[in-house]
Amino acid sequence: MAGGGPSLMDSLFQRSLDDLIKGLRLSSPDNKLNFISKSLDEIRREIKSTDPQTKSTALQKLTYLHSLHAVDMSFAAFHSVELSSSAIHSHKRVAFLSAALSFNPSTTDFILLLTHQLRKDLSSPNHHDVSLALSTISSICNPDLARDLTPELFTLLSSSKMFVRKKAIAAVLRVFEQYPDAVRVCFKRVVENLEGADMGVLSAVVGLFCELTVNEPRSYLPLAPEFYKILVDCRNNWVLIKVLKIFAKLAPLEPRLGKRVVEPICEHMGRTGAKSLAFECVRTIVTSLSEHESALKLAVEKMREFLLDDDPNLKYLGLQALAIVSEKHMWAVLENKELVVKALSDVDVNIKLEALRLVMSMVSEDNVMEICRILMSHALKSDPEFCNEILEFILLTCSRNVYEVIIDFDWYVSFLGEMARIPHCQKGREIEAQLVDIGMRVKDARLELVHVARDLVIDPALLGNLYIHGVLAAAAWVSGEYVELSRNPFELMEALLQPRTSLLPPSVRAVYIQSAFKVLTFCIYSYLGLNGDVASEPVSDTELDNDNVVITHKQTPSTSSSKHNLTQESIMSLLNLIETNLGPLAGSDEVEVQERASNVLGLIKLMKPRIIGGLNQSEEDKIKEELKASETIKLIYDAFSEELAPVSLNSQERVPIPDGLVLKENLNELEAICGDFKLPLSTSFSLVKTRMLEKDATSISECQSKEESEPSNESTSLLSEHRKRHGLYYLPSESKESVSNDYPPAHDPKDKAIDEAEDLVKLTEQSLVFKKKSNPLKPRPVVLRLDDGEKSNFVSKKLEVKEDLISGAVQEVLLGTEASTSSSISKLSKKSSKGVPELKDNTGNNDLSEVSLAGSGRKKHNKERKHKSSGKEKEEHNNKDKQKSDRRHSKHKSRQRADSALAAQSQVIPDFLL
Amino acid sequence: MIRGVIIMNDQGQPRLVKFYEYQPVEKQHELIRSIYRILCSRAENVSNFVKVDSLFGSDVRLVYKTFATLYFVFIFDNSENELAMLDLMQVFVEILDKCFSNVCELDVVFNFNKVHTILDEIILGGQVLETSTSEVVKAVEEISKMESKANWQGR
Repeated sequence: MAGGGPSLMDSLFQRSLDDLIKGLRLSSPDNKLNFISKSLDEIRREIKSTDPQTKSTALQKLTYLHSLHAVDMSFAAFHSVELSSSAIHSHKRVAFLSAALSFNPSTTDFILLLTHQLRKDLSSPNHHDVSLALSTISSICNPDLARDLTPELFTLLSSSKMFVRKKAIAAVLRVFEQYPDAVRVCFKRVVENLEGADMGVLSAVVGLFCELTVNEPRSYLPLAPEFYKILVDCRNNWVLIKVLKIFAKLAPLEPRLGKRVVEPICEHMGRTGAKSLAFECVRTIVTSLSEHESALKLAVEKMREFLLDDDPNLKYLGLQALAIVSEKHMWAVLENKELVVKALSDVDVNIKLEALRLVMSMVSEDNVMEICRILMSHALKSDPEFCNEILEFILLTCSRNVYEVIIDFDWYVSFLGEMARIPHCQKGREIEAQLVDIGMRVKDARLELVHVARDLVIDPALLGNLYIHGVLAAAAWVSGEYVELSRNPFELMEALLQPRTSLLPPSVRAVYIQSAFKVLTFCIYSYLGLNGDVASEPVSDTELDNDNVVITHKQTPSTSSSKHNLTQESIMSLLNLIETNLGPLAGSDEVEVQERASNVLGLIKLMKPRIIGGLNQSEEDKIKEELKASETIKLIYDAFSEELAPVSLNSQERVPIPDGLVLKENLNELEAICGDFKLPLSTSFSLVKTRMLEKDATSISECQSKEESEPSNESTSLLSEHRKRHGLYYLPSESKESVSNDYPPAHDPKDKAIDEAEDLVKLTEQSLVFKKKSNPLKPRPVVLRLDDGEKSNFVSKKLEVKEDLISGAVQEVLLGTEASTSSSISKLSKKSSKGVPELKDNTGNNDLSEVSLAGSGRKKHNKERKHKSSGKEKEEHNNKDKQKSDRRHSKHKSRQRADSALAAQSQVIPDFLL
Repeated sequence: MIRGVIIMNDQGQPRLVKFYEYQPVEKQHELIRSIYRILCSRAENVSNFVKVDSLFGSDVRLVYKTFATLYFVFIFDNSENELAMLDLMQVFVEILDKCFSNVCELDVVFNFNKVHTILDEIILGGQVLETSTSEVVKAVEEISKMESKANWQGR
């Protein structure tokens, strides 16, 4: 070993990897970085040494620091390349390990410099050199490397050393991915290995196909007979598992294949002692062969064994398998219901979650109440985390597809209230959204909703719980919006104004005050006797119905005619109550709170003299005042009583962009110009989300909207000016224009629903009187839903180009035909598939038809094939292929062989499948 | 396919990191930290699975096992069987045990290269190649012999 003075010194006093590790272990956490950077300095020096041993040790240390301490080693890439050519195996190993751990296949240019060395090693007589090279290739393979080394790999695929051959097969997967043309060269040899006797090789090649079939299983259908043979003959669990995985992909493509494999799979499942294999059998059956009833039954039995097992892993996997079945065969879950419910209280979170998912999958209209009750009791005794998981699942399942499973909304609404009261509940947001949503969508649930909301609002203890402030906001909003359904508006008002509301965040408090405003309006409205005239006035049908409902439900005689209850005195005390509570808030720092409080106080100021005015005025004036008051209050009341309806999420998109509005331009500049006019965004009503904002705006009193309209005009003119200045115009408004006319007003679906609802209202009224559950045939109340059908699902075809290339090449090799579908082929295929009734005529049958085409088109081969078929067919080909081939011709030859041999193979399929 | 093999100790310090698809080291260490956070929160005698959808995507699974002070972690996709992976982990540990006679954390710490060599004999490019303990031990011993001989000659 040549080495001058300095390098000898270096190697004598160089720290070894062991020294480095010891040093690292001794250094304190604070000192560690320092130590590493010092060591790095050493390494940088040592790695330049001409002595390979010194270089190797330096690179070894660097690789260690890179892999386990995330040190950058890109500077050493060339040294890895350099060292890889060392004749000493251990140096080579260090070099290749460093390359495998640090080279980025897509950016490291030095990979190309390794090509020559790798080629040399792949042809080395030492099988450990070859193995090392293969392992390196599989780590750092890029398209160039794959292309350049394909010939060597092709040779290794039939190496006489099984140790090398199996590694070559595994490495070829990466090569195929990076350079799909390699398939044309190597695929034939890979297929031949399916027939080998060596278990290691077989395992590798089956594993390779398992990976390949993930992306484009149809291309591998012609190989089904080979896989079938392995499935029946092989006794190695590793291999069987992989073959099962392949069949799980292939069987759905070809029903006849499923029929053939289901029997051996059941046999394996019954016989094997290996849980892994048994589970794979179960999974294959439930994912791909679930239409075979007897097999499915066996699989479900096996699952049950897993569920009963003490091993938590088996329990977990059993539940997962059950979840797969549940999509199509709910009976399997129901059969194991008690085990699933038991698993809910398992110690393992995985198992609990899986059980929860299964329980929720069982939910239907009939059992939703029972299941929710069970889950609720679990939630109460679970740890906070799991408790919230449960709540989330309940909320998600019950609201699925616009409350599809809920029939009894009264129950559900009160259940939501219960959920909110669970101490650990952190799902306030979702509960909030659903309370409001149900209020808008389900008219018949409003009465119960108002009761639930009242109970929530009135409870002072809840105000301290941070997590349910959202729920309280929803409850307050509901109480205000549907105040006419309330039993006792006075009590409600007290609840909305209670002192502890100071604990609420301003946004929620604003909702409280706004609701108080609505309640107040309603009370004065009733007091002034406007309530009684309702029937004669042109109010919408909805309200009529609502009022009727109210009257039938007001139990106490005093409220049956609400005017009795509302004496001047009581109204006055109400006004005073509000004044004392909201008075201080008129000076609040929070704009939203302050503004809304002022609104309420303003109304009181307006009304108060008119209500007490009678004392020192003549009768005439009094009537006059009262009339004025009535007019005002009626205006406000009407503004509130216009119903809010849910708005489709898509509706914004359907609104055509009006002229004079630039949407896609950066508005920063503009903000500076018209910042003065901007309404504070933070004030937006947190409760309603975007879909209600539009409607919310309409419910603001008129004078406000007038004020608003002015700045908005101004801002649009500013916009157009801005546009002129910058010479920017709109983007073309796409195809949405055509839809624009069809844009339904927010109320449109509702009106329709009301017509339908009217018949139901009478029925629901009855059932409401009798309270819930009395009548199992109680009709489901109308739930408003919008035609959200067009969920603009851009099913983006994310075709992996390379995979496609692989499968294309595979088809080419396997079928010996170009993978094209001309009209004549499809004609032929129809003919050939006539005799096969099972063959579905869907889009997928092209490839199959090609298979059969290949069969019918090569009858000569077919005959030959039949002669041979009794004997061991393909061995002949195998032997042929093993001959040494000139590399230059190998491509061509393999193509030829592929043509002849695989034509034979492709014919097998129809025979086999029939 | 197996996406990665990690050995780390109960303090979260990685002892072996091998990803079969390129990941920058910073990303590797970030993943290890996230995995460790989940692992150390798990009780004993519970299942060996961890949900890692948020880290790797929905079709990727993770199994782990504790051996003394070490966590062994295998990350893999749908092409592998979960129970088989647990078996493979057992095989890996048995092989380590044979190669280092009574393996402990220190052996793994001080034999960085050898542990990689062992792993490479079991898994290549994410594919399981050898599950027989004796075959792997034999290959690893051959390699060690070759290395020491070559080193001797080289000197």
